Amino acid sequence: MLDLGLDVLLKGKNLLRLLGGLWVALRISICSVAISLVLGTLLGVLWQRGNRLMQAGMWIYLEVIRIMPQLVLLFLVYFGTSRTFGWEISGEAASIIVFSLWGTAEMSDLVRGAITSIPKGQYEAAAALGLSEWQASRYVILPQAARRLLPLAINLVTRMVKTTSLVLMIGVVEVLKVAQQIIEANRMSSPNAAFGLYLVIFFLYFAVCAPVSRLAKRMEAKQAVG
Amino acid sequence: MIRVEHLVKTFSLPEQEVHAVRDISFSVARGEIFGVIGLSGAGKSTLVRCLNLLERPDSGEVWVDGKCLTKLKDRELEQERRKISMIFQGYNLLMQRSVLDNVSFPLEIAGLRKKQAREQALDFHRTVGLEEKAKAYPAQLSGGQRQRVAIARAIAARPKVILCDEATSALDPETTGTILKLLSRINREYGITIVLITHEMRVIEEICGSVAVLEKGQIVEMGAVAEVFAAPKTAAAKRLIVQRQREKELSGLAEVA
Ligand SMILES: Nc1ncnc2c1ncn2[C@@H]1O[C@H](COP(=O)(O)OP(=O)(O)OP(=O)(O)O)[C@@H](O)[C@H]1O
Ligand SMILES: [Mg+2]
Repeated sequence: MLDLGLDVLLKGKNLLRLLGGLWVALRISICSVAISLVLGTLLGVLWQRGNRLMQAGMWIYLEVIRIMPQLVLLFLVYFGTSRTFGWEISGEAASIIVFSLWGTAEMSDLVRGAITSIPKGQYEAAAALGLSEWQASRYVILPQAARRLLPLAINLVTRMVKTTSLVLMIGVVEVLKVAQQIIEANRMSSPNAAFGLYLVIFFLYFAVCAPVSRLAKRMEAKQAVG
Repeated sequence: MIRVEHLVKTFSLPEQEVHAVRDISFSVARGEIFGVIGLSGAGKSTLVRCLNLLERPDSGEVWVDGKCLTKLKDRELEQERRKISMIFQGYNLLMQRSVLDNVSFPLEIAGLRKKQAREQALDFHRTVGLEEKAKAYPAQLSGGQRQRVAIARAIAARPKVILCDEATSALDPETTGTILKLLSRINREYGITIVLITHEMRVIEEICGSVAVLEKGQIVEMGAVAEVFAAPKTAAAKRLIVQRQREKELSGLAEVA
């Protein structure tokens, strides 16, 4: 039988450590996803309705976040802040900040896109029916925007969960980090452990991301009918 | 029912000023079907959109059912708009709502309970002959069916006035005929005043009582349809009538012409 070094997992507390690492990654994801969804929605609405200055500001923010590799942002926040401001922030906090910055930018773009994609006729129909601006948003525009937004937002969430593994680079004890430690510790006794462990990590991420992307697919299918 | 006085609407574009409506005045009697005809770009849509203030005129007054809309505050305007329904060329149905909910929506806005609103909406489906499509979504309907939903929605609010902007231009001649008959029946049965915008003389001929010919943002000719047809005074009106005659010849209806 092919030795994938999976026995390493069963040694000592390794499996527990790995799951613990996944939990840290998930915690980072959950916090940044929550922050991004709320802030992104707010900013997206403001972006869509805002004045020129606001729009330019949002555009620059989005471009900067998109052009900068997340790794660079992570280093900037993690090392940069301690150098320049002398703040000692934990790796976990730095990750949450960076992923929230990124998620908020992407989310606000999605929200703005969803709102602008609503045809002008829908606004006019609402106004002609005698709806106030608030009623038009509440009953006509936002429900339609939300429908378009949902699958896109879920897709963003899955991407955020996946990208969390980057966090490894600044030393948050997270799945990949744990895996590497395990691999190092067992280099002599189980040289194949690397492959096996990464396989396990793959399945762990799959277990987290699959339900989310399944949900996204279902939403999209439903939207196509309505 | 409707009185428009010295209406002016100019769009300021970066390069130029577009005088879409220049000093238009007219009035429409209660229960009348009033047609506005003109070539593309004459300002028809702008004019009709000024009637319910979807477009705010630069100057002039719009009176509907004894109220001067141009002087009302937002809240009061919303109330008055419920008495003025609008039917658009692009239908503009609410896409996320079923056909039934589209029609019951104005009733709910007016304060009816959901169940009651739906019952009444079903009655209006019968009026327009769409009761079997009540559960469908607008995306699943043909153009003619969508326009019938739009008409059902327009009459559901029990308006005093219906504004139609090119309600039939996206439809084939036969469907146009059905929609026009439906509109004139609604006009008779409910006594709703209708203002109808079109670039097709046929529409005017079939259901309108009086007509205004619009050219470059101004009314160049106005009167009872029969009179304008019999003795067009302006080049614009003559052109439209000649065009209509050609259409008739083409469709083998030459004997009428
Ligand atoms: N929102 C707008 N901004 C700028 N210009 C506009 C706007 N709406 C209309 N116009 C201009 O006003 C003029 C009249 O337009 P309008 O839509 O009223 O014409 P129309 O008679 O309805 O034409 P059509 O038969 O093609 O619908 C046109 O020159 C048009 O370009
Ligand atoms: Mg038009």
